[in-house]
Amino acid sequence: MTTKFTPDHEWINIEDHEAAVVGITLHAQDALGDVVYVDLPEVGRSYTKGEVAGVVESVKAAADIYMPVAGEVVEVNEALRADPSLANSDPMGNGWFFKVHVTDMMQFDELMDPPAYDALLKTL
Amino acid sequence: MSADTNLQHTPLHELHLELGAKMVPFAGYAMPVQYPAGILAEHRQCRGDAALFDVSHMGQIRLHGTDAAAALETLVPQDIVDLPVGKQRYAFFTNAAGGLLDDLMVTRCADHLLLVVNAGCKLADLKHLVTHIGHRCQIVPLHDHALLALQGPRAVTALSRLEPGVATLAFMTGGDFMLAGTDCYVTRSGYTGEDGFEISVPASHAAALARELLAQPEVKPAGLGARDTLRLEAGLCLYGHDIDERTTPIEAGLTWAIQKVRRPGGARAGHYPGAAVIEGQLAMGTSVKRVGLTGLERVPVREGTMIVDGHGHPLGRVTSGTLGPTVHEPVAMAYLAVNHAHPQMEVYAEVRGKRLPMRITAMPFTPHRYHR
Repeated sequence: MTTKFTPDHEWINIEDHEAAVVGITLHAQDALGDVVYVDLPEVGRSYTKGEVAGVVESVKAAADIYMPVAGEVVEVNEALRADPSLANSDPMGNGWFFKVHVTDMMQFDELMDPPAYDALLKTL
Repeated sequence: MSADTNLQHTPLHELHLELGAKMVPFAGYAMPVQYPAGILAEHRQCRGDAALFDVSHMGQIRLHGTDAAAALETLVPQDIVDLPVGKQRYAFFTNAAGGLLDDLMVTRCADHLLLVVNAGCKLADLKHLVTHIGHRCQIVPLHDHALLALQGPRAVTALSRLEPGVATLAFMTGGDFMLAGTDCYVTRSGYTGEDGFEISVPASHAAALARELLAQPEVKPAGLGARDTLRLEAGLCLYGHDIDERTTPIEAGLTWAIQKVRRPGGARAGHYPGAAVIEGQLAMGTSVKRVGLTGLERVPVREGTMIVDGHGHPLGRVTSGTLGPTVHEPVAMAYLAVNHAHPQMEVYAEVRGKRLPMRITAMPFTPHRYHR
């Protein structure tokens, strides 16, 4: 299982733990509506788990992006910055937010697997 | 979204659900904030073709009686007495301090005045009317009427296919028309900056009329989300945000809506709540005023954001703001100290610890395209 989910409706794919990919879920983009702006973290900066690492804003609301795990940001999605609507059209793919070098695999393991996240969505 | 049994439904509720609307609580009603197309597409639909909004949550109140217009003038600083039959006027209820209790539309119909007030204020407005002028006219809330807004450059094409007569209406006029087989009152007005109509229709026929309008090739449904971005780009105030009991019409830049006949020197000057305060501000000016702001960076600047000068001194706060879907830049309204409220002046919005440059800009942000 390489993709896990957070209660804040973010996903993290850890195929490459030196550059794990983070984005928002299909549910998150649907709840937000048309995304018009993203504020992405600083490349090279280390963040703690749960720290605010960015912002995603739709026409009607703004939401914080939290670090799903601790680590150093190694890349941000410049294409998303240029076209924030990628977060709506392809949230699990081209609409990714940033990549992070994961140092503590335990933090990844604690996140929700797809069935657990689906179960969470059913409670909303 | 959990079903909230305390929320009221408009006569179009089933239609909204059928169209896949995302429903949200608003002023005690379950209202569509958007349909599957989304706020941006609905906004563009309205600017480019025609969009249908359900605004049945708003209050519709009739005032009957020969003294109704004079009575209403004791509560608003507008000229109602000389308003001709078939004409509509923007008005506001003021309090003793000159603050705004609500803003409304007043239309003189053949044998009554039709008031359209904000949903969140309608109970208080009704009480206000009954308390102060209930002895002078008959006050009839239209609980059994829906209100549909058909807005956009092609609204006239769509609506005149149903009833050709509506094309003869000019901006801020109204008349009785048969639509969906029933008597409706139609005004050429709206809250988007575009040409368009508002249709007061008996609740029993509202869904049929809405379906008939949605069957027109120019028309698609739009929700409250797009209504908000459209009115903001059009520079129109949203009650409870850009104007409220603590703001006066002069501070809000609504002086244009106070006719000369109600100002000092006019034949029916004063004699409305807060007249002394408002007349004082007309003569002496105010310390703050509502301005438009456009962002020089593409970051939305939202309600509550602090506006500061180049030294970081606070100048005021944003009362509404978004990324304008038509103007493609952040647009906002704010109350600023008057000595900083000059067009083209640069100020800064404090957003998440950063100072974003914004320029004071004359409103509307998008030109009004009314049919005058």
